[in-house]
Amino acid sequence: MTVLTDTPTGHRLTLAQYWICLCGIVWREALRFIHQRERFISALVRPLVWLFIFAAGFRQVLGVSIIPPYETYVLYEVYIAPGLIAMIQLFNGMQSSLTMVYDRETGGMRTLLVSPFPRWWLLTSKLLAGTMVSILQVYAFLLIAWFWDVEVPPVGYFLVIPALLLSGFMLGALGMLISSLIKQLENFAGVMNFVIFPMFFASSALYPLWRVKESSPFLYYVCQANPFTHVTELIRFALYGKVEWVSLAVVIGCAVVFLCSAIVAYDPSRGFLARRGGPGG
Amino acid sequence: MNDVAILTQAANTAGPAALDVVGVGHRYGARVALRDVCFSVRPTSFTVLLGLNGAGKSTLFSLITRLYAIRNGHIRILGHDVAREPGAALSRLGVVFQSRALDVDISVQQNLIYHAALHGIGRRQADEQIARVLTLVDLTDRRRERVSNLSGGQMRRVEIARALLHQPRLLLLDEPTVGLDIKSRADILGHVRRLLRSGIGVLWATHLIDEVGDNDDVVVLHGGCVLAKGAVSDVVAAAGTSDIGSAFTKLTQADTGAGAGA
Repeated sequence: MTVLTDTPTGHRLTLAQYWICLCGIVWREALRFIHQRERFISALVRPLVWLFIFAAGFRQVLGVSIIPPYETYVLYEVYIAPGLIAMIQLFNGMQSSLTMVYDRETGGMRTLLVSPFPRWWLLTSKLLAGTMVSILQVYAFLLIAWFWDVEVPPVGYFLVIPALLLSGFMLGALGMLISSLIKQLENFAGVMNFVIFPMFFASSALYPLWRVKESSPFLYYVCQANPFTHVTELIRFALYGKVEWVSLAVVIGCAVVFLCSAIVAYDPSRGFLARRGGPGG
Repeated sequence: MNDVAILTQAANTAGPAALDVVGVGHRYGARVALRDVCFSVRPTSFTVLLGLNGAGKSTLFSLITRLYAIRNGHIRILGHDVAREPGAALSRLGVVFQSRALDVDISVQQNLIYHAALHGIGRRQADEQIARVLTLVDLTDRRRERVSNLSGGQMRRVEIARALLHQPRLLLLDEPTVGLDIKSRADILGHVRRLLRSGIGVLWATHLIDEVGDNDDVVVLHGGCVLAKGAVSDVVAAAGTSDIGSAFTKLTQADTGAGAGA
């Protein structure tokens, strides 16, 4: 039997080990996704219902004038596609937070957090893993939407990747922050009512903001202040090979704030976790 | 002199303790969970952390593993302070938590590869280590099996294998036999006791008296306080009883009585 010895020097992790850790977390998230086919299907069905049913019904009711980045009139289905992509990433971010709450209850989160890597690296890696999964879902949606005549310029399918990375990261970080605030899995229904629905409906995902302004100036400002509006616009412009700079700045800023807050929340010396009731035992 | 004796002698004469807990306290709001907890785990020793439910065992484990911040006192693993050098401390630590934390949808091997990555161990080295640890827990033939197909005892053994994958010097197990039948409990206890031969220190938290061996060290934790610690024979002698079960009952009842009186 091998006898273990301990070196008197400290433990210094190499860059290669950081990379191995990141790849391992992404690989595990991908495996989990593959094994949960229902999650993949439900992630696709939700935006497709909006596209096939809601958008078809509202096509004749809601006219979309020529607004950037569009250079001509577009069908309502085309208009809401970026919002539905953002919706996929929003739900994926919240799903990740749900998974983290579940992992915390079942102990999976403990396994992650007792790794010798810094906590910020572990959480960032987990976030990146969730973002990768959301991008897979987005491309599956774009493929189906293409058959429904929702097309963007071919180059847009590539140029949207950086926007998807940023938006997935921001929404995932928000989910991570929320997961640190939720004490029990049962409380997660509140996230649907207080986070997902308000964010989605008070944004430019379903209707252009100039139309919102016509009916309610107050709601217009709420929509402007909603980070989800900027996620939607960032994706919308990227699909047409353009950059919406204000949205880019807002998404990057929110991603940094949400991620830093989540790292603080999961920090044992400052976070919320240690202040809760003990594990008992 | 045999290998174990040589190792034990070497461990006792040189180097830091596998685990040093010094003056550790913790509270949840106004409720005190741990108060001035002090004890050590020697390398190559089997130390039982004995306490009833609610004694503070899991809180102590959360502090040792840095899931909670250490606000009072110090915890050192092989001389590395958990608060100041978490990376160095945690890399020398293997943990089996009370609640099972395996991904049941994937195979034993995939679970272990994931854990190896969390310790910065690449695929090739991970494969070698997986073969080693599965041999230790007699699960080599279940390597490609989906975890959901394993029995409760086998899952526990996979968790022990996982905790040993990065070759830790200290192994923590928080009530690892809860919910298992008698045979599975004996198997797991046997597997862990055999690990002492590899120079590892073990801290085994339990409320089950029959898991305490005659040659073990024991720490009696009750109401967040250490009531007794040392070799089983010393604790039994100090309590003036004939066995560890009676000693534990006497110590905890006396403390409860004193607490009630106060």
